[in-house]
Amino acid sequence: MSMTRRQLLILLPAAAVAWEHVLAGTPENAPNYKTTEHWWGMLLDITKCIGCGSCVRACQLENHVPDGYFRTWVERYVVRDWGFEHVHVDSPDGGKNGFPNLGNEGKSFFVPKLCNHCADSPCTQVCPVGATFVSPDGVVLVDPKYCLGCRYCVQACPYGCRFINPGTNTAEKCSLCYHRITKDLTTACCEACPTGARQLADLKNPADPVHEFLKTHSVQVLKPHLATGAKAFYNGLDGSVR
Amino acid sequence: MGSPDVIASGLQEIRRAKLRPSATMAFKNVAHLFRIALAFAIGFAIFLVVRELLVPKSFGRYGHYRGDALNEIASRPISYAGHEVCETCHADVLDVKKRGRHARVACESCHGPLANHAQDPASVVPAKLDTAVLCVRCHEANHSKPMDFPQVHSADHSAGLPCNTCHQPHTPRIEAEAKKK
Repeated sequence: MSMTRRQLLILLPAAAVAWEHVLAGTPENAPNYKTTEHWWGMLLDITKCIGCGSCVRACQLENHVPDGYFRTWVERYVVRDWGFEHVHVDSPDGGKNGFPNLGNEGKSFFVPKLCNHCADSPCTQVCPVGATFVSPDGVVLVDPKYCLGCRYCVQACPYGCRFINPGTNTAEKCSLCYHRITKDLTTACCEACPTGARQLADLKNPADPVHEFLKTHSVQVLKPHLATGAKAFYNGLDGSVR
Repeated sequence: MGSPDVIASGLQEIRRAKLRPSATMAFKNVAHLFRIALAFAIGFAIFLVVRELLVPKSFGRYGHYRGDALNEIASRPISYAGHEVCETCHADVLDVKKRGRHARVACESCHGPLANHAQDPASVVPAKLDTAVLCVRCHEANHSKPMDFPQVHSADHSAGLPCNTCHQPHTPRIEAEAKKK
């Protein structure tokens, strides 16, 4: 077979795309759930969060999170005057049992936090053994059988969403209730949220109301300058939130 | 300056060195390289065999991780059944609830995780709830809560009486007051 230089150069990009496809592998043959048809994220509405801690309790019960550790938690911010740099932030026991009243001074609000399920997540990039990964449907997961407990990912996450489970000594984090969302259920935190401040979002499903919401609201992700491709979208996010 | 004898023996020495067959030298080198190559090939073969034995079959199916982990994580048991499951049996409660202001609050938000009850309604009976503890989790007044969210100072509001003395949790607005407005 003979080929001119021009023909070879034309073929190269096509070959690169084909190789990408080979590397990505074929999607699994689950009966009802197709990983390629979903791209998961979450919508968090700060203007609706009442800091009741239902999400934190639900997450701990659903995922058997040990006491004192959190896959999701709620922070309270108090901003006095224009003091963006000197905010008061607290989260007593992750906000699990609500928040004591601090008085009426300053601007104050609750920020529910969880793994941002970054598309370009720093935590998966640093894992030396391939124990943590972004699934084909956009969920950052930990394989507990492969995790060495080296804590590299715990340091790498810019959002502080990971911890080492003291029982198993492996890294743990929000799985976006992968065992629920693959069964057509919402996450435990979204199920338990009484005000609808948290909503599971399927960014690949055109019927998901998240698309309309994202189109019509001023939405922000946490630490956008890090370009992590975070998929936890916050409505009403104040500039003081870190 | 050396004597002619010394010079002659020196020349002989040089001649002998030149005459040493170079082919033998080359062969010796090749043998040496061949042994190294063989050792490398055997080592690589052992590496391939060990790698095949140690790396799980599903590793690399979707990316640089164990593909089977996806199904393992997806098959963990659930605790929260989801409100659609509750509504299949408790349609009567749903009819009441959807008229009230708690219409969008999911059942298990107050009643707790009840997937076990949904699986086996006869033997797993949900605990009765204490409204004095339950309602204030959301409705206790707090400056940090959104202004439009209904809040009370429970100590002043009910004098320690449980909330369901006046309010029905599924339709929390008191009927008489609702009519006045």
